[in-house]
Amino acid sequence: MSLGDLPKHAGTWLSGEGPQGDVVLSSRVRLARNIAGFPFLSTATESQRNELLSLAQKRILDANLAQDMLWIDLADSPKLDRQLLVERHLISRQHCHSDGPRGVAVSADESLAIMVNEEDHLRLQILRSGMQLEDAYKQADQDDDKLERHVDYAYTSQLGYLTACPTNIGTGIRVSVMLHLPGLKLTGEIEKLKNAAKDMHLAIRGFYGEGSDAVGDLFQVSNQTTLGKTEKQLLDDFQDTIIPQMIEYEIKSRNALLEHRPTVLDDKIFRALGALSNARLLGKEETLYLLSYVRLGVSLKRIDDIPMHTLNELYLLTQPAHLQKIAGERLSGPQRRELRANFVRQHLKV
Amino acid sequence: MKCDHCDNLATVHLIEIKGGKKIEKHLCEEHAIKEGVAVKVQSAPINDLLEKFVLKHSGPEATDEPLLCPSCDTTYDQFRKNGVLGCPDCYSTFAEPLKHLLERAHEGASKHFGKVPQRAGIDEIRQQRLIRLRRDLEDAVTQEQYERAAQIRDELEEAEID
Ligand SMILES: [Zn+2]
Ligand SMILES: [Zn+2]
Repeated sequence: MSLGDLPKHAGTWLSGEGPQGDVVLSSRVRLARNIAGFPFLSTATESQRNELLSLAQKRILDANLAQDMLWIDLADSPKLDRQLLVERHLISRQHCHSDGPRGVAVSADESLAIMVNEEDHLRLQILRSGMQLEDAYKQADQDDDKLERHVDYAYTSQLGYLTACPTNIGTGIRVSVMLHLPGLKLTGEIEKLKNAAKDMHLAIRGFYGEGSDAVGDLFQVSNQTTLGKTEKQLLDDFQDTIIPQMIEYEIKSRNALLEHRPTVLDDKIFRALGALSNARLLGKEETLYLLSYVRLGVSLKRIDDIPMHTLNELYLLTQPAHLQKIAGERLSGPQRRELRANFVRQHLKV
Repeated sequence: MKCDHCDNLATVHLIEIKGGKKIEKHLCEEHAIKEGVAVKVQSAPINDLLEKFVLKHSGPEATDEPLLCPSCDTTYDQFRKNGVLGCPDCYSTFAEPLKHLLERAHEGASKHFGKVPQRAGIDEIRQQRLIRLRRDLEDAVTQEQYERAAQIRDELEEAEID
């Protein structure tokens, strides 16, 4: 497996076949860990960072976490490759842009990724399609156990896993669910949801972790509290209460739109489909914006000949680094817009 | 709008006057940080929020006696600025001022109730000793005290053995 195989398709976590896939795109669990006996990265010297990197690389490969693991040395990777990994949610923007010795280990199906030398020495992530948090955590927990047989973690019984930023201390866990919420956006209820989330100590971000203006109506809901609660309590909260409630809220909004404004709704859906199927130039954000309505149309069965996974895949493949990888060369902005439009047209053709 | 330097969304916009000339800049988060511009962020990203959070809840500024971590030389002021600690030992060094911050960040909690590593890790004193030896080693190397460095390396090796 090599990096070159990645850009043609989306990872299995975007297959759209997971439970409740019409609202929940993906589930993610991330664990922050640091290796005992080393300083955190803010004070680690270049040689210590190198030592950490080779130690981590060796231990990750020793731990045999997946059949086929790809190790990517990011300091050695071209920028386009690093951006591709960001677009695929395998590394953070910070990890892409920062300097110094750092890397990432990725399993062949991309469900597992371990960033080395990001804010913490290790950040292990499991991604799953649809609502599969419990499953994602089980996998993360197992992989964490396997790794731990090969490394000692910085840990105290009082504070749990010690992390560079005190906001991650304790379990070091970040649970995130990616939701498609066009109904709440159209009915203007999304602000209420955001406020409620704030009261519940949850963070809401966009598809690529940006601020509150989520492009394409994709919202990532995650916990902020990591100390004083067990992983199970946190997962149960997400699994039994928080996410089901948000899904219900979204479905209610969609139904209200269907009932009270069907023509306006169809107009939005089919205009978007028309634009995507006919445009000759498409911007990145414009595409996400239009895909959102088409996705809503498919979910509400107003459109019946486009599979959901095609749309999920387009979210990813129309990103700039992906387009350039598919083209096999660097492209200017106008060239990308043209290729993006061609690419979308091809994919939507039935 | 795109960043002047890359394809990311520009979220930092500023106008600089240089030699009477107006220069507009549109930058993404990363490039704004790279350029070292202290700027207003329109839609604050989460890291920024966390840092502000750390600043807001990290208690009063240090007085004449600055708190210094004996294992990594990080001061509490540095932590307030960066939002990240220097080493695991900082948690015990700054336990007092961090207490308030932890409670605010974690809904009042101050004790871990989650996973316990199967091997329960190595004890805290040994963790501390390893970090300090590693720092001393770096110091010895930068000061070109190679004999001392070799000696510390031996100690380190011994301390690492299970
Ligand atoms: Zn930029
Ligand atoms: Zn320290």
